[in-house]
Amino acid sequence: MASVGTVHSGNNVNLKSEQSVDTPQRFSLPPKPSVTADSSLRFKISGLKVSYGPKEVLHGIDINISSNVVTALIGPSGCGKSTFLRSLNRMTETVRTARVEGDILLDDENIADMDVVKLRRRVGMVFQRPNPFPKSIFDNVAYGLRINGHKGSLSESVEHSLRRAALWDEVKDQLHKSAYTLSGGQQQRLCIARALAVDPEVLLLDEPCSALDPVTTAKIEELLFQLKPSCTIVIVTHNMQQAARASDFTAFLLEGRLIEYQPTPKLFTTPADPRTEAYITGRFG
Amino acid sequence: MTRRSVTNVVMLTLTGACALLTVSVMFYILGYLAWHGASALSWNFFTKLPAPVNVPGGGMANAIVGSAKLLLLACCIGVPVGILAGIYLSEFAGHTIASVLRFTVDLLNGVPSIVIGIFAYTVIVLPMHTFSTLAGGFALGIMMIPISVRSTEEYLRAVPSSLREASLALGAARWATITRVVVPAAFRGILTGVMLALARVAGETAPLIFTAFGNNSWSHGWSQPTASLPFMIYTYAVSPYDDWHRQAWAAGLVLVTLVLLVNIVTRLALARKMPLSR
Ligand SMILES: Nc1ncnc2c1ncn2[C@@H]1O[C@H](COP(=O)(O)OP(=O)(O)O)[C@@H](O)[C@H]1O
Ligand SMILES: [Mg+2]
Repeated sequence: MASVGTVHSGNNVNLKSEQSVDTPQRFSLPPKPSVTADSSLRFKISGLKVSYGPKEVLHGIDINISSNVVTALIGPSGCGKSTFLRSLNRMTETVRTARVEGDILLDDENIADMDVVKLRRRVGMVFQRPNPFPKSIFDNVAYGLRINGHKGSLSESVEHSLRRAALWDEVKDQLHKSAYTLSGGQQQRLCIARALAVDPEVLLLDEPCSALDPVTTAKIEELLFQLKPSCTIVIVTHNMQQAARASDFTAFLLEGRLIEYQPTPKLFTTPADPRTEAYITGRFG
Repeated sequence: MTRRSVTNVVMLTLTGACALLTVSVMFYILGYLAWHGASALSWNFFTKLPAPVNVPGGGMANAIVGSAKLLLLACCIGVPVGILAGIYLSEFAGHTIASVLRFTVDLLNGVPSIVIGIFAYTVIVLPMHTFSTLAGGFALGIMMIPISVRSTEEYLRAVPSSLREASLALGAARWATITRVVVPAAFRGILTGVMLALARVAGETAPLIFTAFGNNSWSHGWSQPTASLPFMIYTYAVSPYDDWHRQAWAAGLVLVTLVLLVNIVTRLALARKMPLSR
C-alpha cells in the first residue's frame, strides 16, 4: 500500500529542495520564495519514541523539519502532538516518568548531548494557554535576557522583541504594568515576545490560539508569517483552517505515528493516505 | 416551607452564628485586655524596669525588649529553615519522601510546647550552664518551623505549573525558576504563613520557663536569662497583688497589639510593593 506521500516504516520523509536520485523523495517544495531561499534542514529526527511510564505515546517518528518555514502538526487530541513538540526542546524531561528514545538532531547536533539551557535558548516555546509571569510587561520580556546574563541595553532588546511580536504599539505606554492587565490575545503575544527575546532559532507553538478569538488568532498567524525569515516555526494546531492558512508543511499524526507529511497545499488538496483524508474532511477526530 | 429551604435557613443561621462567635471572641478578648490593662499603661510601662511590690511606677521595658529579641532570633531560625524545607517539599521531594516529611512536620507541630522547651534546655541551657535569650529564641524558632514549612508548601503548590514551564522553556535552571518565578509568585502567601507562625509563638510561655527564664533587670547580649512579656504575664498574674494583676493585663494588651502591628505593617508593605495580584 505504498502510495506516494505516505510514510512507511523505515523511510525518512525528507524535505529537501534539491531532488537526488538515490534518496526516496516524496514531494517537491511548494513554490514559495521563503522556502526556496533557505531550505536547509533544522531538525532531523529519527526513531523518536516517547513513553510516560509504561505507556508509549510516540512509536518511532521519523521527520525532518526545514529551516525558516512554518511546519504545522495536526492530529486528533491525544495523538501525541504536544509530546512531540516538547521533545524538541527536552521539556519532556520535566515529566518525571517520561522516557525519550531516538535521535533528534538540531543543526546536526544531537540535542541529548547539548546543554539543556543552551538548547532551550535556541528552541523557544509558546504554550496553549497564555502564561505570563506575575510581573510587569517589561520584566516578562526581560526575563529570559536576565537569566542568561544579557549584556547591553535591556530596554532596547525588550522593545525589539515586543515589536517582533506586534505588541509594542499597544503596550509601549504601560510597560511597567502587570502583564495580567492585558487581554488574552495580548498576553499570548507577550509570551511570544518573551520567547523571542532570547533570539531563538526555532519557535515551538502548542495550540497557541486555542484560547483566543478569531481576530486575535488572525493577528498571531500574520505574526508567524513575519517571523519566518528569522525563525523556524513548528506549530501544533487542531484548527485545520489555521494549518492550511499559516503553514508551509503539514504533518499529520495519528495515535503516536506520523501518517503523512506534505507541503500544506498538497496535504489539504490531495492527501495520499486515506486516514489523512478522513481526518481533514472531518470524518473522525 | 419545604424541607430544603428549612435546611437552608437553619444552616445559614448556624454558620453565621459561628462566624459571629469567632469575631466576638476576638473582640471580647481585645476589649477585656484594654479595659483592665489600659489603666496600667503609661510611659513608665514602656521605659522602666519592674519595680518591687508596693513601689509604684514600675514598667516592663526589659520584657518588651526581651520578647523582641526572642522573636527576632526565632525568626532567624524558623523562617529560613521553614521556607527552605517548604521549597524542598513542594519543588523537589518525590512522592514518598514528601509524605514522610509532611507527616514528620505535622508531628513536630503537635509536640507540646513544653516538650520543645525541655529539648532546648537539654541542648542549649545545660551545656551553657545558664538560661539565655539564645535558648528561648531557639525553642520558639523550632516551634515556628512546622507552620512555616506547611504554609510555604501550600502556597508554592498553588503556583500554576504553567509558570514553571514557561521559565524552564526559556532556559532557566530549576533553582533560578524557583527563586525568580515560583517564590515571588507565592511571596505574599509565604509571608502570611510566617506571620501566622510568629503570632503563634509570640505568646508562648511554657517553652520559655526553662530556657529564657526571666530577669528583673536588663539582659545584655544573648547568653543571659531574659524577661519576656508572656513570662511576665504569667508571674504577675499568679501573684497576689492587684497592682501586678493590672500590669499583667497591660502586658497582654501590649503583646497582642505588637503582633497585630507587625501583621498590619507587613500586609501594607506587601500591598504597596507588589501590585501584581492575579
Ligand atoms: N505528563 C503526562 N503523563 C502521562 N501521560 C501523558 C502526559 N502527557 C501526555 N500524556 C499522554 O500522552 C498521550 C499524548 O498526549 P499529548 O502529547 O498531550 O497529545 P496531544 O497534544 O496530541 O493532544 C495522551 O494519551 C496523554 O494522556
Ligand atoms: Mg496537546
